[in-house]
Amino acid sequence: MIEKNKKSYFASHIGLILGIIFIFFPVWLTFVASTVTQEDIIKPPFPLLPGPHFFENYSYALFEGTPEGYGKNIPVLKLLFNSAIMALGITIGKIIISLLSAFAIVYFRFPGRKFFFWLIFITLMLPVEVRIVPTYEIAAKLNLLNSYAGLIFPLIASATATFLFRQFFMTIPNEMVEAARMDGAKPMKFFIDILVPISRTNIAALFVILFIYGWNQYLWPLLMTTDPNMNTIVMGINQMIPGGDDFGHWPTIMATSILAMVPPVLIIITMQKFFVKGLLESEK
Amino acid sequence: MAKINLNNIKKSFGKNTVIQDLSVDINDGELIVIVGPSGCGKSTLLRMIAGLEEVNSGDIIINNKNVNNLEPMERNIAMVFQNYALYPHMTVFENMSYGLKIQKTPKDEINSRVKEAAEILELSELLERKPNQLSGGQRQRVAMGRAIVRKPDVFLFDEPLSNLDAKLRVQMRLEIKKLQRKLNVTSLYVTHDQVEAMTLADKMIVMNEGNVEHIGTPLDVYQQPKSLFTAQFIGSPAMNILKGTADGNEIKIGDFKIKSENSYSGEVNFGIRPEHLSIDDNGPIKATVEFIELIGSNTLIHCRIKNSNEVIVVSIPGIIQENLSRKEIKLNFDQSKIHLFNTKDNSRIN
Ligand SMILES: Nc1ncnc2c1ncn2[C@@H]1O[C@H](COP(=O)(O)OP(=O)(O)OP(=O)(O)O)[C@@H](O)[C@H]1O
Ligand SMILES: [Mg+2]
Repeated sequence: MIEKNKKSYFASHIGLILGIIFIFFPVWLTFVASTVTQEDIIKPPFPLLPGPHFFENYSYALFEGTPEGYGKNIPVLKLLFNSAIMALGITIGKIIISLLSAFAIVYFRFPGRKFFFWLIFITLMLPVEVRIVPTYEIAAKLNLLNSYAGLIFPLIASATATFLFRQFFMTIPNEMVEAARMDGAKPMKFFIDILVPISRTNIAALFVILFIYGWNQYLWPLLMTTDPNMNTIVMGINQMIPGGDDFGHWPTIMATSILAMVPPVLIIITMQKFFVKGLLESEK
Repeated sequence: MAKINLNNIKKSFGKNTVIQDLSVDINDGELIVIVGPSGCGKSTLLRMIAGLEEVNSGDIIINNKNVNNLEPMERNIAMVFQNYALYPHMTVFENMSYGLKIQKTPKDEINSRVKEAAEILELSELLERKPNQLSGGQRQRVAMGRAIVRKPDVFLFDEPLSNLDAKLRVQMRLEIKKLQRKLNVTSLYVTHDQVEAMTLADKMIVMNEGNVEHIGTPLDVYQQPKSLFTAQFIGSPAMNILKGTADGNEIKIGDFKIKSENSYSGEVNFGIRPEHLSIDDNGPIKATVEFIELIGSNTLIHCRIKNSNEVIVVSIPGIIQENLSRKEIKLNFDQSKIHLFNTKDNSRIN
């Protein structure tokens, strides 16, 4: 139902604004807490407006880690770097692998094609947590603990992305494939020159989803890394949060949290311009 | 330039036989139009010649060379698809040059060939556009351009104009004919449009259920159809077919008798085209008018033959003002315009 009158227009905006405030408020508090001192946070009332310690807190967190006496942590810059390597590795790896496997499933008639497709499809139903113990066992035996390879490879195989690309490839008119064959394009040439470029909208969308998925991985890096230098940002935040009788250094923790949010937001903003309308639809 | 010989081609998809034992010889530079009802295997035949589909048995011979096991590109054939199948992410220039690029043609050569083709097809202004910025007719021309730049031995067209509106279709039809004459490339052209078929073809192939019913010039197909199927398929409105019995030089149809120049005895299908019938008080066929269709240039009179259930359509040039509805009329025709088919294998008698 679409109502055009002024009152409902006004009311719906009020509703939206309230909703945004409600959701955004914790983020705001996090930001405020990252710009004040530890004392400001500990003694009530909790500040609602940013303090003057923005640069101090952030540069300390980025380059030094947590202050003496509040648990030890490596500089957040290193954590961000580790997370970026892992998230990009997972994202790019997943996209390449799933593009290739969808290509094989859709365009080649090899024995057991259906079987392999369903095999991949079934793994959709098994989340990382279910297969984490055997995967860990394998990774350990391959000496992948405490390495980027160990963080990335076990998470690369992706049924979801394969499935999505398969569905997309199946909507591409067969004539286009045949036209490429008439032009003399060999399969890999067709894949690189035609299939990948026309999939770019899907690739961009998946890139965002998978990057956030990779960035937020927690359980797997926790198992895989024992060397603090290999920790990821999500693990880092968790380790800064005090347990039991310890004290946490809240401005640093909050600054780290804000920093952890920045890369995914940047990815969404930069990828947005690639979400152009699908090329194929507009070719009708 | 190429001569094509198709020898005893057979093709089936699983149990479904699509082409049964087809043989055709095509001369260098000919434009062959293939017509036939939907699903009779026209596209399949084209795709087998292109190399996109394998034959089950038989030989495809281009320039005296068996190409059965060659890849599409190696056959040096270009195909224009019904939906054009342009690459949506490439510009017109890239679309047209893609095949040449793969063959590692030198850059200058590519540029000059694309330029030349673009000029012929009036695409020079559009080379930097993407397919989704083009009209249907322009896309069609790009698809043609993509075929031309490769300088192929054979062109294959699978209903290339069926996505265009009627006016553009007539225009493109002429352009294709001109282009084919100019380049003198052997071409096979599939269409559903009879006018397109008649105007374009040097030779027509009429197909039905995977068989060739008739190969001949458009006039030959129209005037001397070799089978009942061809007779009914070609021509609009379709030829009237009446059941009759021949006895020597006389054919009995319902209540009346018709003279024929052929001597034949037995059941026959008597065919006469609507445009070859006329209203004539001395005519042998008595019929009652059922309804009249005005289609502009002609008037179609649908009649029921007296004492019979058979319907006959008469096409009279111009517009008939007279109210003929429910009236009884007599129809006449020219002896030389009749078609007789036997009822056993539906082949032509006269
Ligand atoms: N890849 C395929 N697998 C199975 N059957 C097929 C395949 N391609 C075509 N056929 C069948 O072969 C028959 C002939 O198809 P084809 O496309 O050659 O017909 P057509 O004469 O081009 O028809 P239209 O005029 O509708 O385009 C049809 O019955 C079709 O169902
Ligand atoms: Mg077809």
